[in-house]
Amino acid sequence: MAKFTFVGGIHPYDGKELSKDKPIRDILPGKELVYPLSQHIGAPAKAIVAKGDRVLAGQKIAESGGFVSAPVHASVSGIVKAIEPRRVVTGDLVTSVVVENDEKYEETAAAPCKPWDTMDGKEIVNAVGEAGIVGMGGAGFPTHVKLSPKEPEKIDCVIVNCAECEPYLTSDYRRMLEEPEKLVTGLRIMLRVFGRARGIFAVEDNKPDCIALLRKLTKDDDGISVRPLVTKYPQGAERQLIYAVTGRRINSSMLPADAGCVVNNVDTVAAVCRAVTTGRPLTERIVTVTGDAVREPQNFRVRIGMSYGELAEAAGGFKEPPQKIICGGPMMGFAMFGLDVPTTKTSTALLAFSRDEVSAKETGPCINCGRCLEVCPGRVMPSRLADYAAHFDEEAFLRNHGMECCECGCCSYVCPAGRPLTQQIKSMRKIQLAKKKKK
Amino acid sequence: MDELYKVSSNPHIRSRVSTGGIMLTVIIALLPAAGFGIFHFGIRAGAVILVTVASTVLTEALFGLYKKKLTVTDLSAVVTGLLLALNLPVGIPLWMAALGGVFSILVVKMLFGGLGQNFMNPALAARCFLLISFPVQMTDFSYDACTGATPLAALKAGEDVNVLDMITGQTMGTIGETSMIALLAGACLLLLFGVIDLRIPGSYLVTFLLFAGIFGGHGFSPAYLSAQLAGGGLMLGAFFMATDYVTRPITVKGQYLYGIFLGLMTGIFRIFGPGAEGVSYAIILGNLLVPLIERVTLPKPFGYRKGGAA
Repeated sequence: MAKFTFVGGIHPYDGKELSKDKPIRDILPGKELVYPLSQHIGAPAKAIVAKGDRVLAGQKIAESGGFVSAPVHASVSGIVKAIEPRRVVTGDLVTSVVVENDEKYEETAAAPCKPWDTMDGKEIVNAVGEAGIVGMGGAGFPTHVKLSPKEPEKIDCVIVNCAECEPYLTSDYRRMLEEPEKLVTGLRIMLRVFGRARGIFAVEDNKPDCIALLRKLTKDDDGISVRPLVTKYPQGAERQLIYAVTGRRINSSMLPADAGCVVNNVDTVAAVCRAVTTGRPLTERIVTVTGDAVREPQNFRVRIGMSYGELAEAAGGFKEPPQKIICGGPMMGFAMFGLDVPTTKTSTALLAFSRDEVSAKETGPCINCGRCLEVCPGRVMPSRLADYAAHFDEEAFLRNHGMECCECGCCSYVCPAGRPLTQQIKSMRKIQLAKKKKK
Repeated sequence: MDELYKVSSNPHIRSRVSTGGIMLTVIIALLPAAGFGIFHFGIRAGAVILVTVASTVLTEALFGLYKKKLTVTDLSAVVTGLLLALNLPVGIPLWMAALGGVFSILVVKMLFGGLGQNFMNPALAARCFLLISFPVQMTDFSYDACTGATPLAALKAGEDVNVLDMITGQTMGTIGETSMIALLAGACLLLLFGVIDLRIPGSYLVTFLLFAGIFGGHGFSPAYLSAQLAGGGLMLGAFFMATDYVTRPITVKGQYLYGIFLGLMTGIFRIFGPGAEGVSYAIILGNLLVPLIERVTLPKPFGYRKGGAA
């Protein structure tokens, strides 16, 4: 049964009014575009161009490095300047293809494609894989892998994650308002892969206009429904979303497919539509540029690979010097050292805050208030887990289900003592995941 | 990169709730009871409150200086001092009140590691310490020209008590416990601001009422039960002491269990014990059981499967 929400969660200031009424604007990149070869979960892609080659927009410049991997395509035409390690949003150095933009935007010939309603599941999955589509909500899990579960006949729910529960982000909202027909087509395409599945748009109820619009477009289609959800962070977290829509619970060691579900983000579905109907690969996405330090918050259609600095400039620059720059939402995004970093397939937003709330908040000892337990969507005990992590008590951490944490950040947000709970738990989880992999 | 911005792990926003803010709310919520105490018992009640709070704050400040880590700004020492004062009789010698303050902060709280580390409620531990050390002064509730038994003692002796007086607070007792109305006003504020919830007070009071109704010898007589409810430290204990974050279980199920345990203990102490009172000892006992209660009430993670990998 549908629950429409989950237990736990928070209601932070959502800041969406800054950019929600700004229509999507196309912008052109500058001279240099950088394409990290690892923009997804899984094996890095392998470059198939060399320094000095001329590439066209839409041309594949790196091929998939394995089954769980995705190819990378150029978003402009120009000359390959270098293939070298570049700094990405997480602060890591990742081997990247650097292309000098010749500003002609010459496109490669689109891949031949037949009408989508005559394609079978395999052809669709292939097209999606070839287009380099990955989960564009932030995780970057290759979409063709999601569309090829072990037992496809068991999938009965294809969910489009339209929750957009992260504060400040409005890119999915604008996409739903401006191009809803692409989303409907994208969903219908994915439904062809799973014969007995129904399609569901899961939208938070703070976007009534999107709900009405999607309902209007799908009112004659019995296979697709629109499901309003309670507005609460993290409503869009995959496991919480599946529970809200279907009432099925899965834990961290299970996949959505174990609950008969496939979940895709709004931009991903739009990219699937584009790839299958036009044969064009994933080279663009919508990015929200917002925050109180930004002069004119906006939603941009961005050619993937252009730098965040150019996005900030296109939004009128900063009206006051920002203290903190974040790639993604304020709850789960990455803080960046600088703006000279490329956008990738998973860049949902650029946030600039004039005041860093994290360093402004005093930290003190835990007073055992229990607020973190109350908000935790994973129903674990964040304050205790953070202690175990700090003392490196691996056994206690695992016994108390530390791996069930989804790193949503609710506990750190509510902690009156300002303790960095999420960070401590996250570090320990990373260590444990790495250990597991080694085995 | 010419300029570097601040980086930190997610999340990048924080709620406005702070430890100091929570403590301040508790202090404000205790003011009606404290104010009524001064109004009812006279200016000496004010002196007791002042001395107790000064001694707790000073103890924490001096300890902080010694440890080179000043923690008084979180206001928790003020809460402890205020709670202790409200649990003292108005006629207590001031040095005794000060001693209680020092004991609560130094022995019960700081020596165990400071805020968040004490396993007993400091104010209640200090009250019990005083009660055992100075039983005469701690149970002499006479003020102005009034002497006599507290309503709860009278009730236990089988005398008639005026329930209305007990609810408004026109009775004998410690400084802060007499007025049910003032205490409930403060409790409403705490509930409203989400500082406490009804899990512990609710299960505590319901269990106690059931116990008193069954074993009290008066059946479920409304007059008897409301006298039990309004008398003694029950309201102060249920809403302000049993809900103390540090010394109550953190798990939801554990909080219900803890409330039920407190209700049973209070009932046993009040009805079968030698004295009329029992709230302080019940809560202190409950504090000691918290680790056990938590161990048996660990929450199940989302999507948990028995025997599964979760």
